Amino acid sequence: MQVVKRTFALAALTAALACGTAQAQQLNVKIGVLTDMSSLYADLAGPGSVEAVKLAVEDFNKTNPNVKVEIISADHQNKADIGTSVANQWLDRDGVDVIIDTPNSGVALAVNEVVRAKNKVFINSGAASSDLTGAKCSPNTVHWTYDTWMLANGTGKAIVKTGGDTWFFLTADYAFGHALERDTAAVVTANGGKVVGQVRHPLNSSDFSSFLLQAQSSKAKIIGLANAGGDTVNTIKQAAEFGIVAGGQSLAGLLVFASDVNALGLQAAQGLVLTNTFYWDANDQTRAWTQRWQKARPGKIPTMVQAGVYAGTLHYLKAVAALKSKDDGKAVVAEMKKLPTDDVLFGKGSIRADGRKIHPAYLYEVKKPSESKGPGDIYKLRATIPADEAFRPLKDGGCSLASG
Amino acid sequence: MFTIFGIPSAALFGQLLIGLINGSFYALLSLGLAVIFGMLNIINFAHGAQYMLGAVAAFLMLNFLGINYWAALILAPVIVGAIGIVIERTFLQWLYKLDHLYGLLLTFGLALIIEGVSRNYLGSAGLPYALPDSLRGGQNLGFMFLPNYRAWVIAVSLVICFGTWYAIERTRLGAYLRAATENPTLVRAFGINVPVMITLTYGFGVALAAFAGVMAAPIYNVSPQMGAELIIVVFAVVVIGGMGSILGAILTGFGLGVVEGLTKVFFPEASNTVIFVIMAIVLLVRPAGLFGRGT
Repeated sequence: MQVVKRTFALAALTAALACGTAQAQQLNVKIGVLTDMSSLYADLAGPGSVEAVKLAVEDFNKTNPNVKVEIISADHQNKADIGTSVANQWLDRDGVDVIIDTPNSGVALAVNEVVRAKNKVFINSGAASSDLTGAKCSPNTVHWTYDTWMLANGTGKAIVKTGGDTWFFLTADYAFGHALERDTAAVVTANGGKVVGQVRHPLNSSDFSSFLLQAQSSKAKIIGLANAGGDTVNTIKQAAEFGIVAGGQSLAGLLVFASDVNALGLQAAQGLVLTNTFYWDANDQTRAWTQRWQKARPGKIPTMVQAGVYAGTLHYLKAVAALKSKDDGKAVVAEMKKLPTDDVLFGKGSIRADGRKIHPAYLYEVKKPSESKGPGDIYKLRATIPADEAFRPLKDGGCSLASG
Repeated sequence: MFTIFGIPSAALFGQLLIGLINGSFYALLSLGLAVIFGMLNIINFAHGAQYMLGAVAAFLMLNFLGINYWAALILAPVIVGAIGIVIERTFLQWLYKLDHLYGLLLTFGLALIIEGVSRNYLGSAGLPYALPDSLRGGQNLGFMFLPNYRAWVIAVSLVICFGTWYAIERTRLGAYLRAATENPTLVRAFGINVPVMITLTYGFGVALAAFAGVMAAPIYNVSPQMGAELIIVVFAVVVIGGMGSILGAILTGFGLGVVEGLTKVFFPEASNTVIFVIMAIVLLVRPAGLFGRGT
């Protein structure tokens, strides 16, 4: 009897222990997608980014059913103060572990500081400022998709090398525009070109005719558009109206998204050269992913920002699963840097010490309407910039994490 | 070529012209607002959304029904104006006797609904609308290249603005309308159907907004927030001109377009705020606005 009792107690104890370990393995992660839901960047990020996070969680849970992921989202309205207060509320009160996306460099740089102070994780896909992995780099931040240095060196260098040696910049007047203008001007002068002037316009303007007239009278060969989203779309459209391209000057769209090309139509956008890190029609895997994404976003084309949100989320979750913990943001980011990245959209890659995700970039040209086989068939590939050349060398960024 | 304040004269004249072109949009839109406020006492905050609906209607007609720009210029204002009439009959007519604030809040709510629904269906990046073929190209004026379409915008808005001003201030119909807003009971005693007249006036104001929307579609991208961006500026124009003053709305619209254009040359970063600075100054000096009759 005694033996039976003892065995029984032992069995109960084992069961309790087993149960305990099972509970320890169950992880709850809360993801906050902080993005532009309603304004000029909503189509290139916004609801499409939320959808990308959902797909990443779905794919991750196939192999890791024990990690329970909750997704919330908010609209930062392109205002740094709103972005900061949402981030504070999420991290302090709502138990959010990671903030994802955040287009608009002004908002992103502010959120970068909040996340660093609270030791959580920030995976940025939407903002472009190369300062996120340069002067303002943080051990809690990964900058995934693209940045101003990459855009400047992709599009800028290609244009200077084909004879576009005098530039006038039309720049959105905030952190992103300034960074893009600065990085592109550096590339232009380094390659023997000259910057003859610039004009800075307020974010989200609708009329660019005055600025275009100034660009026109500068007689520069190239008008560099250091703006994005709806601003770029309206500039290109109105430039065509004022006969700028017909008059012999060329436009350089330094940051053009697939959603912008869609909004312009191929008639107005044809011939634009742009740098991108993801094109939905690149291979079978990207096409298959796009089909899944389009179930929730019919008729839309996913942008590189949304692709980066998917890949970044997936890699973050892998790091959390490997660590079996999500609480120490620095440790999670360190794990993300340690693990090689691999996903269907960007292929194999890595994350550098300064938080920069490394992958190839591509120089595309927008197709003529006659070359396009249907909606979404918009780019032809002009050049591939290999991963080790696409981004600013680690030593040049001035990031404190890079030296140590 | 000579320079003025360090700016080449050619560039300066170019900016003046651009200012006039933008001013013609401000004038068209503030005209509709002034008519509605002057006649109905409603601060129509849905005006921007109705302007956007005009552009969206033109886009939908072109892409789904093959109706071109010229037909859309007539049809879109008629359709959106009809929607306006429905809005007036179902909502606004109950508010005339209440404070202005109720009309403002109701139309603001409507604007948010219209914009939210459009954003849901159309996205926010905007939709392409091509220039009509016959207005492509432009003229080289020596100091600047004037696109034909922009010249057309100035001409049309001048005609519409002064036509409307004439109809309201100088014709018998306009006299009835003005009288009806002063003393509806007396005007009704003359056998005039005042409610129908008021309804049609609102429909007309809304149609003007939609007309401006169709005019804008080939220049700006057709997007759900195109009206929200403009409406605040247009309200400032109406306030500076004097609430309800038709002539004030027109002249201030053109004038502020020019001021804004010049600001873009001398200090581009301030171009979004210059109108509000002027509004603050004008309200301090002349609370009823430049052309206001006083309240």
